[in-house]
Formats: sequence, C-alpha cells, structure tokens
Amino acid sequence: MPEIDPSFTALPYRELGAVALGRAQELGATHADFRFERIRHQHLAVRDGVLQTAMDSDDEGFAVRVIHRGSWGFASGVVLTRDEALRVAETAIAVAEVAAEMTPVPIEIAPEPVYPDVTWVSSYDVNPFDVPIAEKAALLIDWTERLRRGAAVDHATAAVGQVQENKYYADLAGTVTTQQRVRVDPNVEAMGAGADTFDSMRSLAAPVGRGWEYLTAGVYDWDSELDQMPELLAEKLKAPTIEAGRYDLVIHPSNLWLTIHESIGHATELDRALGYEANYAGTSFATYDKLNTLQYGSNIMNVTGDRTVEHGLSTIGFDDEGVQTQTWDIVRNGVLVGYQLDRPMGHMKPELNGGRSNGCAFADSSGHIPIQRMANVSLQPAEDGPGTEELIGRVEHGLYVLGDRSWSIDMQRFNFQFTGQRFYKITNGELAGQVRDVAYQATTTDFWGAMEAVGGPQTWELGGASNCGKAQPGQVAPVSHGCPTALFRDVRILNTTQEAGR
Amino acid sequence: MNHGISPQSLVEHGVATSMADDCIVIVRDSTSANLRWANNTLTTNGVMHRVDVSVVSFVRQSGGTCTGSVSGSATTQAEVDELVRAADAAARAAAPAEDVAELVRDRTSPDWADEPGSTGIEVYDEVAPALGEAFVRAGSGGRVLYGFVDHQVTTTYLGSTSGLRLRHVQPTGHFACTGKTADLTNSAWVGTATRDFTDVDPLAAEETLAQRLAWGRRRVDLEAGRYDTILPPTAVADLMIYAYWVAGARTAWEGQSVFSRRPTGTRIGEELVRPEVTLFSDPALTGLQCAPFTVAGVSTNESSVFDNGLELGRTDWIRGGELTALRQTRHTAEMTKQPVTPAIDNLVLDVDGASGSVEDLVAGTERGLLLTCLWYIREVDPQTLLLTGLTRDGVYLVEGGEITAAVNNFRWNESPVDLLRRFSVASETVPTFSREWGDDYFSRTAMPALQIPDFNMSSVSPAQ
Repeated sequence: MPEIDPSFTALPYRELGAVALGRAQELGATHADFRFERIRHQHLAVRDGVLQTAMDSDDEGFAVRVIHRGSWGFASGVVLTRDEALRVAETAIAVAEVAAEMTPVPIEIAPEPVYPDVTWVSSYDVNPFDVPIAEKAALLIDWTERLRRGAAVDHATAAVGQVQENKYYADLAGTVTTQQRVRVDPNVEAMGAGADTFDSMRSLAAPVGRGWEYLTAGVYDWDSELDQMPELLAEKLKAPTIEAGRYDLVIHPSNLWLTIHESIGHATELDRALGYEANYAGTSFATYDKLNTLQYGSNIMNVTGDRTVEHGLSTIGFDDEGVQTQTWDIVRNGVLVGYQLDRPMGHMKPELNGGRSNGCAFADSSGHIPIQRMANVSLQPAEDGPGTEELIGRVEHGLYVLGDRSWSIDMQRFNFQFTGQRFYKITNGELAGQVRDVAYQATTTDFWGAMEAVGGPQTWELGGASNCGKAQPGQVAPVSHGCPTALFRDVRILNTTQEAGR
Repeated sequence: MNHGISPQSLVEHGVATSMADDCIVIVRDSTSANLRWANNTLTTNGVMHRVDVSVVSFVRQSGGTCTGSVSGSATTQAEVDELVRAADAAARAAAPAEDVAELVRDRTSPDWADEPGSTGIEVYDEVAPALGEAFVRAGSGGRVLYGFVDHQVTTTYLGSTSGLRLRHVQPTGHFACTGKTADLTNSAWVGTATRDFTDVDPLAAEETLAQRLAWGRRRVDLEAGRYDTILPPTAVADLMIYAYWVAGARTAWEGQSVFSRRPTGTRIGEELVRPEVTLFSDPALTGLQCAPFTVAGVSTNESSVFDNGLELGRTDWIRGGELTALRQTRHTAEMTKQPVTPAIDNLVLDVDGASGSVEDLVAGTERGLLLTCLWYIREVDPQTLLLTGLTRDGVYLVEGGEITAAVNNFRWNESPVDLLRRFSVASETVPTFSREWGDDYFSRTAMPALQIPDFNMSSVSPAQ
C-alpha cells in the first residue's frame, strides 16, 4: 500500500489543530473538530494533437467546526500560523453565537468510537503526480491523433483530471485521522459531421479511484476502444433517427450508473428527505415515513450504499466527522430500507443504523462545512445471472443503451430524462445497428418497477462521476456506482429532434 | 483579518523571482460569509478566507513560446517561490503554445496599492434578526422556509513582467428562499442578487412567498403539451446563460455548436432571432459591475493566458436579432477573422420596445401559465441547443388576466435560441438572479420576462 505523501505530513496540521481545538474548548464548545486539507489537482487537455491546457492547482487550508450554545459554527483559514488557528477557532465560536439566535432545536450528533491516531490510503499503483506532464501529454496527444485517422473524425479531444486528496481530522473526543486518496478522470471524444448533422462519440471509461496505471497498464482496454470509436462515430452519423414510442431497454453499466446516481443515490440522502436541500438540490419522494414500505422497484432490485469498495470514488477510511466507513442496504427486494447519514442525522434517527452515522459526511475542501454526501450507491447483480447478450436476446422491440450523456431529474427525484453515447436498435433479440436522437424519460418508481432482470456479476462495472454538485455554498464530490447490465420493459422513448420542434 | 503578507507584495515577489522570459502572477484574496436554513431554523453557516495565487510562466524556445500554469493556496513568499519554480519548470518542459500573442503591456489600476476588500458575518447584522422574525411569522402562518444567503468579496491583483498592475474588487451575493405549506404540497421561491445586502428584506420576501403559496389554494392538474407560457426574468436568465456558455468561438468555428456554419465557420452575421433582440455584456453596467480586464490563469478552448489584462468594454453578442460576436481569445479571433471579444462576467437581454412587468404580461393573457423558475437544465442536443429541464416552485394558471390556481410541474424541452425567435411579448429588462446558475457560476444578469405562445412541456413531473 502506498504511504501518505511526506510533503503533506511535513505540514504543521497537528500543532494548528491542537491550538484551535484548545481554544474552542476554552471558549465552551461542546464539540469541536479541526480539518486540514491539501488537494492537489492537475488537469491536462489536448485538442487535435495540441496540449491546450496544463493546469496544476493546489487547495490547502484548515477549518474549525464547533457546536456551541446548541448551534453549529464554522470558519476556515489559509494562513498556517498559531495566531490564525486561534482566530479561526474564535470566529467559529462567534458564528455559532449568531446562529444560536436562529436555532430553536439544539444540534446533537450521534456517538462514534474514538480512533486515536489512524491512517488510511486508497488503492493505487502509480501516483499520477509522480509522472512527468510531458509523458502524460504525449499519451493524450497520441490518443487524439489515433482518433483523427478515422475518416469520420474531424476533431478529437482527450483530457485527464488527476487528484491527490489529503485530509487530517482531529476532534475534542480524541479521534485523529490522516488520509490520502488518488483518483483519475480520463475523457476522450471524437467529433464529426454528416450531411446535415454533427455528433460525437465519447469513451465509456469511468472516472475511478486509481492511479496513472488506469491509463496505461491494461486495467482498461484503451487500445480497442480507440480503434473502434471512429467507426462507431461514422455509424452514428449515418444512423436513422428513432421513432418515438415505447421500447424495452437493455442498459449497460456505462449508462445505468447515472440513472442510479440521480434516481436512487440522491433520493436516499436523508438530508434531502428531511428538507435541508429544499432551496437548492431539492427534496426526495422517498420520505422518511415510507421507510420499509415504499416499493422502490421490482423485487430483484437490491441496492447498497458503501464507502468501502476498492477504487470507488466515495471510498475512504473515515469520513469528515471521524466516522469509520461502512456498507449497508438501501433497497432490499425492491423495498426502501435505508438512507445515507451523517452524525446529526444518525442522532435524529437512531433506529436506522443502531444510533450511529453510516459515514457519509464529506466536505470538498477546507473552506466548506461537511454535509451528508453520497456513498457509492450500487445495484447488485444476480448471482448466476445472465450476460448482456442473453438479456438482449429476451427483447423483441427495444434498444441497447451505452454511455452517459445528457441527464436531468426533478427536485423530488420523480421525473427524469437521459440520453446516451450510443443506442442500438434490438429487433427479435438481435442488435440491428445504431439509431440517433434518442432520450428515455420515466418516473423513478415506474422505471425501477419495470426492471425485469439484472445481469450476473460478469456484467457488473463501476461507473461514476467526479463532479456531483450539492449544498449551498456549492460543493463538488466524487462518487462511484456499480451495476450490472439490466433489462427494463416498456419505457418511453423521445425523439429529440421532434422535441426541438424540427 | 490576518491576510498574511500583502497580495501586492506576493505579486511583486513572484514577478521578480521568475526565471522565465515573462511571468504573470494573479493573486485572488477572497472572504465570504453564509447562512443556510431549512424547516424554519438555521442549519449550517460559515465564514471563509482564502488566498489563491496563479503563476503563468512564458519561455521562448526554438519553435515558439511555451507556457506553464500553476496555482495554489499561498500566503507566504516561500509558497509563492514554490509556485513560480513549478510554473517556470512546466513552461520549460512544454511544447510551444498555439495561442501565442504579445503580452498586454504597462497599465496600472489607480487603486493598485489598496488593501483587499473583505466581508464577514457582520454583513448580516440586519438580515439575520429579520430572518429570525421571518421564521416565526412563517411558522405561525403554517409555512416552512428554506434558504441561503451568501456574500463574497474577491479582490484580484494581476501583475506581469510586461508592466501590468491591475486590481479589481468583486462583491457577489445573493438571497434565496423557498417557502412551502406545512403539508409540503405547495412550494414557492424568491431570489435576488445583491452586492452588499443593504437591499435585501427577508420579511418582504416572506410576504411574497405567503402570497404565492396562497395562489396555490386552488390546484389544477394539467397534462403535458404546448402552453402559452410566461417565463419570468429569472427563468430567461437560466436559458440565456446557457446560450452564452456555449457561445465559444472555437467550438462554433469547428462545427460543434448551434452557432456553427458547417463545415467550418460561424453564424456571425446571420439573422438568428427576432430583430428586437439585443444580448450584450458590459463590465461597467451599474449594479452588475464586473472585471473590466481579462484574467486567465490557464489556457483552454475558451481562454488564453496571453490575453491577461486585455481591456473589456461593452460587447453585443446579438444586436437587432443578428449574431454579432462569440466569446473569443485573440487566438480564436485570428482563426475566425473576427474582432477580439473575450468573455465578460455579466449578461443582459434587451427587447426593443418592450415595457411593463411580469404582472402586465399576466394581465394581458387570456389563458396561459406563469412559471416561477427553471431547474436541472441540461443540453440534450448541441446542434439546436435543445435543453431539457423542469419547472420548479410554482407553476400558476392564468385565466382572464388573473392568476387563478397552481398547476403541477412539468419537464420541458426547448432551445433558448428558438425561444428568442418565437416569443410573443416581452417585459422591460430588470436585474435578476438565475436560480440554476446564479449560486456558483453566473449571478450578474438583467433580463425581461418573455411570453412564449407554444412552450413545449414534454411531460408532467409529480414533484412538489
């Protein structure tokens, strides 16, 4: 396992934390935590063989969060001195005093065992920050050049985001954690035009909690995908437009992960169900009174939440409230049985997880307060379940859907509309070429209720996003979703050019 | 507030110590304070301070000029040294840049020497007690409030070896509040941008929410279909910001946007929309003031580090219905043979001859819908700029010039460019705050309300 980056452990967070927590305690805080973060980010972007963007950016600073007079107080700073640590602790206390006037019900948090001094590092082989930019750029340049050799390809782009996230957390109870995560988010796209149309074809590769080996070492089959993309684009540009109507869908994990994210992941965040996001991200149809009774989907639907799966983007050892991460059920046999929690919600709903948080607190930087963010919410495959071809074989009139593209869902997570990278017509159990201009639209419980079969473990893949948005001020979180290929009956399909009134 | 070493001296230190042929240093000092509430009680809050330094190094080598961009949190000379070393090294290792241009030279802002602006929790000294009172009033009226106030002051210092010393203070703030009836079946929203919170009145907002929730006492369920629909200024802002966002010259030139004339070319010069329409940006616009010079820490498809310090003035993107400009760097301006019209951080839509308010549009409507705002807007087809999204927090039925009921929400599919061709009536342009993009991306807008005779409500959303 890789070690924590020594250039992080050399930073003065232990001293600043002790000073800040001491001051918060002196001023009467009943809870206080100190979080120091350094997030290294590098973005490389190539267009048509030219490195357009090479940006390194570090975000480093610390935050103090207190419960004082029954209210939260949060403050953050970037000047790494004892004086500033004192000032930030005092500001957090002062903010709590302002907040106390407007907080009629005192804040309490669920208990959690103390972890005196633990470290955790994510699973990767090659830290992308150890690879020279020129070497990484050369790979991306080569990818765009290979794509542009395809006759249908006018332009090609390749980009990769790389992150090394280091967090140090300490609280008054005595928990101290030091952690490091690495992730990469590669993206390759080919663009071309037909007679009266233009379109693009993007790689199906997902962002993932791995190192640079994801782009080079046979973890993902880039060569065959890059070889196929120009021809796939050519076929898409010539493909007939879809006839709007109702179709059976066989959905590949590269598309289904996003539907899970939007219609299950966000809908089972308890803070949304309780209204905390009502002014921004929205609420949830899966309200708390429906726990253990809501028929979320068909009885083959089993969904778990975890922050532990290897290479998952939400995976970590301990969350931003010092809670050890876990795995739990969210939907069992089609019924809603669980939510994603942080410590205040763990206290509020002790029946959910034995009175404990399930470890979903996350802040995207030292400048932001931790809130409940998404675990890796994943659809389970069927043991001995069918392969993708067998699922396609069960469809007379349908579509096989690969890759995500456009996505939108309402503020209670009922009505959604998704497009994809490619849609293949299925006729009598066989693929019959690509079709264009497709969007699928459904209501969450109807859609999951129409899931007739899930594939076996051999079809299961981890998809995900590095840019999930939530909260005010806005925070961005990375999250993965695993799922098998799955079969849905009788789903509404729109023709997007007709929708545009053409 | 302890800002550490002054931002100007961090700039001077970086510019002086770079070993590259040229160097640009951008320091952003940012303070912010926020309060968030739900269920008539405060939930989270925060006071933040950050200092971000971006260093761009330029090295002339055989074959052209190479650049390196590095940024990070930095408050000491030693931290700036590290960024400069990394940027210099990145430039030396880079291939020649494609967006090479002369650096902008020798301009100093008159307020260069001033300290950074700042904000803190005290900006809410008057708003916070009023909010507390609003929670009480809402609670006793059977209503629930959810919302957020945020105030940020970011001061940018940009210095270069070519003699630039530019400073800009940008206050950005907003107030937004959702109200629901206690049974959560009715929802309303108000939101406004502000520079300093002196013009924010939480009690007046609570009254507006109470009135809108009262409109919902009668409920009518409507099917999907095309409706005569009044988009209030906030919804128009949501849509126009998207059109502005995808108005990069290079993607248009290379055939990938609604502004493309394929195979290679743009639609600049075409009659794009109705002839009464003008869409423009102007950094000096009162109330919507934004940076009057280009700041680019990194080159992308739509920005160029060589353009740092370019002066910005009013730019008409659409004038008299004709597409007149796209967002350019000097590199893409050369490529497209167009004037240099870089991005500007505000946006105004004006309709010639339009007058009156949303209420006047309602009064003139026999049967139609009035929206509150839009949500979860995403591009479905870049070719037509077909967008999808939802209506949110109040769709109202207008009958005989009056609001008579609340209606269910809808999913819609529409293109902003198409809407500017099809609208029947527009109101006067007023400052407004985009619900979807105002928080984190684009808050400085002025828009009219637009009435669309046949707005495409694609399906019903049961969300409340």
